[in-house]
Amino acid sequence: MSMTREQVAHVARLARLDLADNELDRLAADMDAILSYVDKLNELDIDGIEPTAHAVPMENAFREDRVRPSIGTEKALVNAPAADDSCFLVPKVIE
Amino acid sequence: MPFIDLNLQQLQSKLAGGEFSSRELTRAYLDRINATGGSLNSFITICEESAMAAAEAADIRRKKGDAAPLTGIPLAVKDIFNTEGIRTTAGSRILENYVAPYDATAVARLKEQGAVLLGKLNMDEFAMGSSNENSAAGPCRNPWDPSKVPGGSSGGSAAAVAARQAVATLGTDTGGSIRQPAGHCGVVGLKPTYGRVSRYGVIAYASSLDQVGPLARTVGDCALLLQAVAGYDPADSTSVDTPVPDYSAALGEDVRGLKIGLPKEYFIDGLDADVKQAVETAVAVYRDLGAEIVEVSLPHTDYAVACYYLVATAEASSNLARYDGVRYGRRIDNGSGLIDMYCSSRAEGFGDEVKRRIMLGTYALSSGYYDAYYLRAQKVRTLIRDDFNKAFDQVDLLLTPVSPTPAFKLGEKVNDPLQMYLSDIFTIPVNLAGTCAMSVPCGFSGQNLPIGLQLIGRPFGEETLLRAGHAYQQVTEWHLQKAKI
Repeated sequence: MSMTREQVAHVARLARLDLADNELDRLAADMDAILSYVDKLNELDIDGIEPTAHAVPMENAFREDRVRPSIGTEKALVNAPAADDSCFLVPKVIE
Repeated sequence: MPFIDLNLQQLQSKLAGGEFSSRELTRAYLDRINATGGSLNSFITICEESAMAAAEAADIRRKKGDAAPLTGIPLAVKDIFNTEGIRTTAGSRILENYVAPYDATAVARLKEQGAVLLGKLNMDEFAMGSSNENSAAGPCRNPWDPSKVPGGSSGGSAAAVAARQAVATLGTDTGGSIRQPAGHCGVVGLKPTYGRVSRYGVIAYASSLDQVGPLARTVGDCALLLQAVAGYDPADSTSVDTPVPDYSAALGEDVRGLKIGLPKEYFIDGLDADVKQAVETAVAVYRDLGAEIVEVSLPHTDYAVACYYLVATAEASSNLARYDGVRYGRRIDNGSGLIDMYCSSRAEGFGDEVKRRIMLGTYALSSGYYDAYYLRAQKVRTLIRDDFNKAFDQVDLLLTPVSPTPAFKLGEKVNDPLQMYLSDIFTIPVNLAGTCAMSVPCGFSGQNLPIGLQLIGRPFGEETLLRAGHAYQQVTEWHLQKAKI
């Protein structure tokens, strides 16, 4: 299997990465090599095997829905590239 | 004996006995870091002022008779732990100016005891790497030979301990990121069972695999640090609510009658001859100590790297979606709208390996490929975990090499991601199985590079690991060797 630049560009769009053509070509080659390596998983018979999402068996962790102190607006905004008094600012979304 | 040659247990008793103050000790460590840190590039941030203030507070606390086990002990943590008021970069350009508004639980627990934070350690970007070369802060170097990598991703955490820049450190381990650098730098590194230590405030890479653990020169010191950070945390719903045993108490027991398994799949043809010999010599040491050695099989070992690079990258692609240039991190806005801002910020902020893994993970989760890649990998993960469960029906511990070779040269594997991934072949299965394992120094190669042995325990079997590792260090001197730096 061989990935085309268009396929890699599609994945890059899904991943929200703006990649130059030379990066796309390099990634196509890298992904080809890695994906053909992981194809070895097809050697195994996995019929009837349950998937493992977490190695330690766990129930859902419920807690009471209670109001608790949090870090607060001011602290939450400290690292924002752009903010006003109470909001994160982003480029215009709706024309 | 200079301060920096003492181990954590010795520092504890000398601080308690008033032989020196935490201020003197911290000053000595900061001087050592300033003298040797530059050439190794082991620290991303050095916390000179806050460390001296914490040392002073620790001395006052001790005078009041209120000292905890780690009061006044200078430590350092991987730059993946959020630290309130101190920059946390995760080795990435996208977080180059990020200052977390809170402490990770592991850091908070160290601070509650009055430990002194010397600084934040170098690492592969977002913990993705096996050589510490994928760091926005530049590569960290191996104290035993600066032309070699220290291993990764917790390269700084291992190098700093080996270079006596901190008596012990914290790292994180997703596919070997504590054990492999510990092995390459000749120190002890412990990856606890998944869920043993809270991940709250630890910048996420692959959430079902990531785990926090200690690095130090002795097994006993790792026990002390694990004791401080282990335990349930309501802020991490995957931390497990089982009692934390007294880890230091486990150190006294010998290994007579302990059943140690050697998985035959780990003693393969590609294994470096020096590594093979060092590990076989360690096996003989355990036999002499009265352990019973048996051969076991982990038949799906050969599939672990492939499984890992689907599971880990899928989780990473989801976890790293949060870096969007909105709430924190770098923003590149070319004025072409929100989506374009996301794409540009991420493209500029992430390094090559991080992009590669995000791309792989996004692909493995994308429509039409989910069953073929991600779901299949999760099923293979079940087979790998079952291998360990079956092995632990027969034995108490497994003993393997940490890595197939000693530390490699900087630049050697940078352009061949698959070769880099395969260097973690012996550490990755443990994360997939979720159990605990420890790297212990067991020799040197012909080029005088450290070699590590890996002990793998049952889930929540950290006491057995510590007991076996400590018994080994009582009769060997590999951990007392000192890098010439």
